Amino acid sequence: MNDINLKLTEQLTDLISMAAVKLPDDLMKRLYEMKENETNPKVSAIYDSMLENQKMAVELGKPNCQDTGIIQCFVKAGSSSPFLASLEKCLREAAYQATKQVPLRPNVVAPFDETNDGTNVGYGVPFVEWDIVPEDDKIELDIYLAGGGCSLAGKSAVLMPSAGYKGVAEFVFDTVCDRAVNACPPMVVGVGIGACITTATKLSKKALLRTIGTRNSKPEIAEFEELLFDGINKLNIGPQGLGGKETAIGVSVEAMARHPASLGVSVSIGCWVHRHAKAIIDKNGNVTVLSHTN
Amino acid sequence: MKHILTLPIKNEDIEKLHIGDVIYVTGTIATARDEGHARVVEEGVKPSIDLNGGCVFHAGPIMKKNEKDEWVVVSVGPTTSMRMEKTEEDFMEKTGVKLLIGKGGMGDKTALACKKNKVIHTVIPGGCAVLEACMVEKVEGVDWLDLGMPEAFWILKVKEFGPLVVTIDIEGNNLFKDRRTEIGNNKELVLKDVKSKIK
Repeated sequence: MNDINLKLTEQLTDLISMAAVKLPDDLMKRLYEMKENETNPKVSAIYDSMLENQKMAVELGKPNCQDTGIIQCFVKAGSSSPFLASLEKCLREAAYQATKQVPLRPNVVAPFDETNDGTNVGYGVPFVEWDIVPEDDKIELDIYLAGGGCSLAGKSAVLMPSAGYKGVAEFVFDTVCDRAVNACPPMVVGVGIGACITTATKLSKKALLRTIGTRNSKPEIAEFEELLFDGINKLNIGPQGLGGKETAIGVSVEAMARHPASLGVSVSIGCWVHRHAKAIIDKNGNVTVLSHTN
Repeated sequence: MKHILTLPIKNEDIEKLHIGDVIYVTGTIATARDEGHARVVEEGVKPSIDLNGGCVFHAGPIMKKNEKDEWVVVSVGPTTSMRMEKTEEDFMEKTGVKLLIGKGGMGDKTALACKKNKVIHTVIPGGCAVLEACMVEKVEGVDWLDLGMPEAFWILKVKEFGPLVVTIDIEGNNLFKDRRTEIGNNKELVLKDVKSKIK
């Protein structure tokens, strides 16, 4: 590895480490708001523990949750960035280094032989998904530590088109009510609507990583997001499934054009400790964090 | 005043507890997840700690060795208890465990087994792994590290570990079963309203 890639790897190691310890600004802001909105003192006490834990994690530099997940990276790469060829190698090395440095929990288990070599890399992990942006020399990177509890709660399906958007809403509520209790609620909900199971699922993950509280730029989709958000917050699932005024930290929907004969839908769920970090890598390999300001 | 259970637990210590009660535990507990349960239940291997009247925590901690080459807890919190639904009944009958700690609920099979064997299931808040690590006084040992760090059987000395909300009591009452019914009823009402607003 040359010097510029070594320098990038060091910064990416710090980015992964930070994501395991500290929650992004948008999430913290919303958690404080949810605690303020809560009227039941018993539930409010759970929020106090949650927020106290975040403070202690940052003070002690320890992972806020013991399940530091499987590292997943979503890359929007400018087509003229000098790091197109080396980024995956740097991310892999950074995942290995962060696992030792923080330390992260070694979660990666090899398929079929089911062994864990303790490194957190291998067999397609870290997972990296690429989007190429023409005529740009920067890379926008989102690193997500996907925990087991909330990954277990995701669900995708292809509906009959006659089910329509009412059917999509029903699928979302069925999934949330059936699975969210075990996924450490309150939760972040990402919904994808696409042409097939793959496209819908990919979009749901993109939705999951959108900044909390932002709405889709298409008004009809934004309205659908509001309906789901308000509805989920009337379910009384609450923190840890024990009940509470609010259940959804945020709800985002992403959609693409689809085949008239199929309606793909997917729900990705993020636990309340929704650990991800967004950053820009410029053409010189300098990393600027966008998701965490202080 | 805190209701603190001290290990080992006798039936009379837990017979008055009901779902929704909040308790704490002091003593030596063990972590066990899918593979740890399978080793006891399917392979018949006994852990090095006597779990009679003991406590099992559904958890896979982050551990590291300190400068004295001793294991210390970095972060620890609950994992989804429902993954152990298949094996928990056999596990409690083979080990004599009295207190289960995890997150989310467990099913009818475990609730019935709790009633039969006088065992309680409790939950501790997830995502609070630094707070919970601070309640561990000492790592007393580890079995089955060959299963990997999360799945190994960690033996931890804890003090006033909690808050634990009782979710299955020794009568077999199941808080999360009741919660699921309520959430399901709420869903019917909410969905009707949401659908009426969609073209």
